[in-house]
Amino acid sequence: MTSLLKYMSVYLRESILAPSFKLLEACFDLLVPLIVASMIDSGVKLQDKTHVVLCGLSLVALAGLGLCAAFTAQYFAAKAAVGFGSQLRRRLFRRVNELSFSQLDAFGADSLAARMTNDANQVQSGVNLVLRLFMRSPIIVFGATIMALCVDFRSGLVFLVALPILSLVVFGIMCGAIPAYGKCQRQLDKLARATRENLYGARVIRAFNLEDAERRAFDETNRAYAALQRFAGGLSSLMNPSTYAIVNLAIVALLWTGAARVEVGDLSQGQTVALLNYMAQIIVELIKLANLIIQTTKAIACGNRIAEVLNTRPDMAEGDREARARESGVAVAFKNVTFRYAGASAPALENVSFEAKVGETIGIIGGSGSGKTTLVNLIARFYDASEGAVEVFGSDVREYSTRSLRELIALAPQKAELFKGTLGENLRWGDPQASDDALWRALEVAQASEFVAANAEGLDWSIEQNGRNLSGGQKQRLTIARALVRNAPILILDDSSSALDFATDARLRAELRQALPETTTTFIITQRASSILHADQIVALDDGKLVGLGVHEDLLASNKVYQEIFYSQFPSEDVEALRLTKGATL
Amino acid sequence: MTQSNLTRRAKYRTLARVWRYARRYRALLFGSFALAAATTLTTLYIPRLVGSAVDLLVGPGEVDFPGIGRLVVKILACACAVAVGQFVMAALNNRLAYNTSRDARYDAFSQLGSTPLKYIDERAHGEVVSRIVADAEQFADGLLLGVAQLFTGAVAIVGVLVFMLSVNFKIAIVVVALTPTSFLVAGFISRRSFKLFRRQSELRGAETGYITEATQGVRVIRAFNRSEAAEAQFGTLDAQLESASRQAIFISSLTNPATRFVNSLVYMSVGLVGAFAVMSGAMTVGGLVVFLSYAEQYTKPFNEISSVATEFQNALACAERLFELIDAPTEAQEATSSRERKRALGRVEFKDVCFSYRPDRTLIEDFNLAVPPGARVAIVGPTGCGKTTLVNLLMRFYEVDSGAILLDGVDERSVPRAELRSHYGMVLQETWLKQGTIRDNILMGAPNVSPEEFERIAVACRVEPFVRRLPQGYDTLVTENGSEFSQGQRQLICIARVMARKPEVLILDEATSSIDTRAEQKIQAAFNELMTGRTSFVVAHRLSTIRAADVILAMKDGKIVEQGSHDELMARRGFYYDLYTSQFRE
Repeated sequence: MTSLLKYMSVYLRESILAPSFKLLEACFDLLVPLIVASMIDSGVKLQDKTHVVLCGLSLVALAGLGLCAAFTAQYFAAKAAVGFGSQLRRRLFRRVNELSFSQLDAFGADSLAARMTNDANQVQSGVNLVLRLFMRSPIIVFGATIMALCVDFRSGLVFLVALPILSLVVFGIMCGAIPAYGKCQRQLDKLARATRENLYGARVIRAFNLEDAERRAFDETNRAYAALQRFAGGLSSLMNPSTYAIVNLAIVALLWTGAARVEVGDLSQGQTVALLNYMAQIIVELIKLANLIIQTTKAIACGNRIAEVLNTRPDMAEGDREARARESGVAVAFKNVTFRYAGASAPALENVSFEAKVGETIGIIGGSGSGKTTLVNLIARFYDASEGAVEVFGSDVREYSTRSLRELIALAPQKAELFKGTLGENLRWGDPQASDDALWRALEVAQASEFVAANAEGLDWSIEQNGRNLSGGQKQRLTIARALVRNAPILILDDSSSALDFATDARLRAELRQALPETTTTFIITQRASSILHADQIVALDDGKLVGLGVHEDLLASNKVYQEIFYSQFPSEDVEALRLTKGATL
Repeated sequence: MTQSNLTRRAKYRTLARVWRYARRYRALLFGSFALAAATTLTTLYIPRLVGSAVDLLVGPGEVDFPGIGRLVVKILACACAVAVGQFVMAALNNRLAYNTSRDARYDAFSQLGSTPLKYIDERAHGEVVSRIVADAEQFADGLLLGVAQLFTGAVAIVGVLVFMLSVNFKIAIVVVALTPTSFLVAGFISRRSFKLFRRQSELRGAETGYITEATQGVRVIRAFNRSEAAEAQFGTLDAQLESASRQAIFISSLTNPATRFVNSLVYMSVGLVGAFAVMSGAMTVGGLVVFLSYAEQYTKPFNEISSVATEFQNALACAERLFELIDAPTEAQEATSSRERKRALGRVEFKDVCFSYRPDRTLIEDFNLAVPPGARVAIVGPTGCGKTTLVNLLMRFYEVDSGAILLDGVDERSVPRAELRSHYGMVLQETWLKQGTIRDNILMGAPNVSPEEFERIAVACRVEPFVRRLPQGYDTLVTENGSEFSQGQRQLICIARVMARKPEVLILDEATSSIDTRAEQKIQAAFNELMTGRTSFVVAHRLSTIRAADVILAMKDGKIVEQGSHDELMARRGFYYDLYTSQFRE
């Protein structure tokens, strides 16, 4: 958390001024009981009307000054707190875009988003509260005690006894109630989960006739929840009665000691009233202070989560060379590459070597979890190989600046992601200068032009957040189009036809072959053997190991894993039958 | 006019229903009211006692010790009574609110198990969860505690007025006339800050959306070198939010100082008028002290009541939403079974079945099919053709519009749902695992399976290999939706769950869609064993799964367009042939 304070330095002036003005306001508040005392003792008792009016006017003046001080303080506090929160969000956003993918994996997308939104807000409110109240509540609590001691030391001792007892009670109850409410929250989460389960699993629950069992389980959790609530509620409802009793006890004590002091002339009636007023001030601010401390601890916890991200340094070193495409030779080479995800026991890729020449189509096939996506992640240098080297156009990817390397690669990722904005804006991620014609051509090849044209807005079609107004198949085709717009020398399609039916998939591949320039090196990652029958090379992966490399005919003739994959999708009798009926070349 | 009458009547109806839930706890409610009146009035009485005590310590030699002693005892007694009263009242209120919401929540949940699936399918699940979890809580809190607070507030206002009038009429008028200013000021500020807060929450929503999108899509952003562009876009969004937040927070934070200022003006006026009253002999110093204390207390209940009023509206809306769920339709009355449950043979017939989800669009029309016991039926066709609907009808998740489905020659509607469903075993594409261990999940429909049989099933369904690697094996707890398992692994658990139950008729709706084809072949043996002698319906997208069926139904737009074995349909060169061969096409 302390490491975050440097982002506060921009608002140093505001964060000093805000509490200072609050301090001023608190001091004015502390003077009020003294003026009331003087009003009674020197005004009312002596029948001095001018003095009474003067006291009244000074009360107004104090209130007015207090108001101005408070407004100023609130302004500076709001400015500093909001500015600080905004600084945190922007730094976090930048850092997320700098961290390596292994580091991002370690945090997780949801957690990063939560830190940028919820945590940053909590810290912002925490800072605001501290700037506004940290100079007010303690000053009034302790100030009132000191003032009471100044008015009359002996009577003020009542404050010295009451204050610790009150603090103990207030903080004790809060400390007990917070975990109790935490338990309630967790129980409530259980209820939410049970409800969600019963909605999503409605069919299964009914198929297994479990409705009554589920009702009984819910009833039990629900009853336990109500019991926890009664406990937590009971604990926190101790606060008002107990502080009320203690304050009144203190008032009685003040009256009793005050009476003796007044009798001997050491204390006046007005001063007794002032002491009573100070006691009233203390209890209000003490409860605020306790709340403030709890809010602050929460904010500090959130701040620590933010600091954890900001203190993480990107761990991927940048190369300084500009990557350039070549017209011939080897485009991508894997040289004894082994890769292990952080924290994983087994490597995701183990000793993989192969070469892709410029203009080739490489098919990568394997079951789920065989390492297909990992392999392409290494080409774009989303991760660095643990051992061995990945080379693009003749040099290790680590020698290039990542920006120039990624300029050479067009990727249609496995998970189709589009962003809020128009369709045209999304497609131009590939190439900001692309003409509308170029976008339409890409859509055509990607088998998307039909449904885009059917929409009245065409390229101005507005895509919602995460592309949620599109179906999975539509999104997939649009991400392929986005990659095509980039017109890069290396094209990677990562399982991007999984949501397409076989006929559409076949058309897509046929048109791709026509549309791409001869020098484009294409990687097609898939689970479907049919997608890569005609690839120049097929890389067969199994459990992270390269188990086959070659063209379809060779692999089908000799490679056991490839045979298994192929025949699980095309039983041998079918292959024969089709060959006979269609004369197709497989 | 009529409409406002209607909504008002609806509100009364809602309130009446809330009362029906609260009625069984009415003793608590009345007890709470009685205590509220007693404690509030006692609370107001204490300042008068303190004021009287102040009057008894006028100056040196003029202190009435016995009088003060009596008052001190009275104050102590009152304070203790108030403390105990407040605590008991809070306990009663808590019990009332928590128990009422517990009861209503259970009723809502319970209804979910009795309502037709159509009702669940048509609703956003997240919204239903929030009704059962949050609305159930809010309505009890808002309405019942609101009523209690309203009552306390009203007693306090009347009490303070009566007490003030009884002490000094003129000053009472000053207080009553001036306090509304404080509400005017607060209202003025809150109207302004409300707009600003709304703007802030709109901007915050937009920013949160962007953050979610950007953190989830960070890989795509990096792949397309869009980091700077994204950061710039975020900066623009955040700058807007920063300025809106600063204004909202600053303006709203003026409320407290401003009302405090108005209250101190009231305080000053009371002090001034009171001082003159004391000097003219119309009132004592103690009376002044009482007034100063009442002036501070008078505004509080007004603020509370206005906040309760807003809360009340919100709580009423929550109650309405919850009652709507409780009022969900209940499934048509069950037939009662006269006979013992027998093993079904598994002859399934569809006779002139018509069905549609929406009256304006018929989906299935005059559907006829007779499936002999033990036959294997595969259903294929493009998305939305009605494959899954057949499953819904077989299990009576939905009821046919006309015609009938017969199991062993008996109309399914003449058998109780629970008994009918016990003949079926179902594996769906959307895997659903319940809270509990893996073992609980597998034994969900058949708790009495022997350990040996359990082991055999787990091995056959290939659950054993991945469970073995878990430190707690079959006792591993499944977290929500089983997200720690891959989709394929979850499907395997679901398959084992049905295997353990040994149903007479099997329904597999895309049950193996996420298991890669090679792995699927390996559990095929288990499937074959499972299906031997059992009637089975298999819905599949992957054509390799379908070939082995006795009858293939090729569906299109809710109708069966072709029917026959794989060889027959291939020979026919029609719809099925096209569907099947498209996977080989280049």
